[in-house]
Amino acid sequence: MAVNAVALTVFAVLFALVTALGFLAARWRRSTSLSSLDEWGLGGRNFGGFVTWFLLGGDLYTAYTFIAVPGAMYAAGAVTGWFAVAYTILVWPIVFVIMPRLWSVAHRHGYVTPADFVLGRFGSRGLAVAVAFTGILALMPYIALQLVGIQSVLQVMGIGSGSSGFVKDLPLIVAFAILAAYTYTAGLRAPAMIAFVKDGLVYLVILVAVIYIPIRLGGYSHIFAVVHAHAATVNAAAAAKHKPASFVFVPGPKAYWAYATLALGSAMALFMYPHSITGVLATRERETIRRNTAALPFYSLALAFIALLGFMAIAAGIKTTNPRLAAPLLFHAMFPSWFAGVAYAAITIGALVPAAIMSIAAANLFTRNIYRDLFRPDADPAEQARVSKLASLVVKFGALAFVLGMNTQNAINLQLLGGIWILQTFPAVAIGLFSRRLHRWALLAGWAAGMVYGTVVAYGVTSPITHHFGGAIAKVPVLGQNGYIAVTALVLNLLVAVGLTLVLRLVPGTAGRDATSREDYLVDRDAERLLPTPNLR
Amino acid sequence: MTASANPPAPPELTRRLPTFAEEPVTYVVTGVLLGAAMVALLWVGSYARIKPALGGIPFFYWYSVLWLLINAAFQLIAYRVLVARRRRRT
Repeated sequence: MAVNAVALTVFAVLFALVTALGFLAARWRRSTSLSSLDEWGLGGRNFGGFVTWFLLGGDLYTAYTFIAVPGAMYAAGAVTGWFAVAYTILVWPIVFVIMPRLWSVAHRHGYVTPADFVLGRFGSRGLAVAVAFTGILALMPYIALQLVGIQSVLQVMGIGSGSSGFVKDLPLIVAFAILAAYTYTAGLRAPAMIAFVKDGLVYLVILVAVIYIPIRLGGYSHIFAVVHAHAATVNAAAAAKHKPASFVFVPGPKAYWAYATLALGSAMALFMYPHSITGVLATRERETIRRNTAALPFYSLALAFIALLGFMAIAAGIKTTNPRLAAPLLFHAMFPSWFAGVAYAAITIGALVPAAIMSIAAANLFTRNIYRDLFRPDADPAEQARVSKLASLVVKFGALAFVLGMNTQNAINLQLLGGIWILQTFPAVAIGLFSRRLHRWALLAGWAAGMVYGTVVAYGVTSPITHHFGGAIAKVPVLGQNGYIAVTALVLNLLVAVGLTLVLRLVPGTAGRDATSREDYLVDRDAERLLPTPNLR
Repeated sequence: MTASANPPAPPELTRRLPTFAEEPVTYVVTGVLLGAAMVALLWVGSYARIKPALGGIPFFYWYSVLWLLINAAFQLIAYRVLVARRRRRT
């Protein structure tokens, strides 16, 4: 594809603007210095409702969402694509119930990561390290996928397509080096500030896309009619080859369980991801997040329209074997080139915000729960901030090396596993917020069972493109229906945890110490801070 | 450092939260408001249909988006019921 000068110029100007903002952010609402994790990694724990709305929106609705959801709608239709709309609705009631408690206990005890909380609550270093390890493991491919999102845009813009090797990857490397530099200097303030621009651009592009593209394509009625006919054609062709139907227009009875478990499991998993928790802990007041849950669903509305871009691509006759290119190619075909440039910039900047927050979250997990808890229990706040800054660089360049060195499909496979893995921390983190009845060793055993089961089952799923990790859906034992692997693994996890708890409670002296009290889960910002670092020694 | 090193939270900060026994209605109302979308959207069989279409958009699609709006409204009400009322008490 030839490079379009107009699109490229618009793209470059917007990218430069965001870069400047990222570096300026270090001065924004700065207290004294960035030399503690509360400042660097949580933006001073001082974001109000307005900033939080942008930060969480920028955090959760990633570039990969803009690429993958329309891609899934384009390639497979409703079950693997549209479920994202249901899941991003269901996530908010869950947040409403659990997150204020996490905020309070984290505020009172100075917790920065979910594993900090688990350590304080259960007094089990093993369980805390398991939670931290799972978080880092799940975040790495997620960051890599943001790069895959940028790559898709660069590919459609025609950048680097003629060249090979290092030159081909140079734009991606430059974009990421800039991101790494301002995250290093400004911490969480950088993505928080850029999130304003990102969301402004995203909403602009979506607003134009959902009005302008259907007008050009003959209206929504026509788009859905074309997709309906397309589904019939594709599935008839599959049936002729004795293959199962691959495109779902409206889920049939056999897909109900798959759709419901995908929606529920993904909703429960989303706020177990450490970067979501980072966004929550950065707020100023207990109820900020709860108040926000009424306004955050507007991102879900945007997501619904983004999903429909996949159907618009079908109606517009976009033909590609790589579904991830469906949305960028649609912009290319439908928009004048200057506005296509705006759209490409929206997706790319949309990748930078979550990638920055994810790398900060992963770095905090490493610093607090591996470096400090296992090796340097006496690390002071300044040392922790220093280690975290360096770790954020390592995480980002690790993700970059991963994307450049390995097949893109590997990043997608691992991201799929990431969702399965992170949900296995739900019993320790989310249930732990309400009850300490589950024994810490039983939780660890349940976690291990869920991790192994989920990984093994996902390994066995084949798809037309790949022999292993072909999808998130597998037959559920006993039930006999197809379901989301993460949810099946969570059920196993809970069964093991409950079963072993009954046994282990009979063993005296193994319950561990709870550093939190009942009131700690309810306090607001006026409450005095306690014991800044939980320490087992 | 032991658990006993933690002074209990000052009572004025926690008193504003009613327990379930004190205000069961508040909790039930909040639960229904928050659980409604959960039930509606996870019960896929109730809406996995093409008709009635709305302006050519199949029922399955517009019904999901309708619940998005209902849920946002419900969450706002739940916030008012649970948090805003509690603030007034103090």
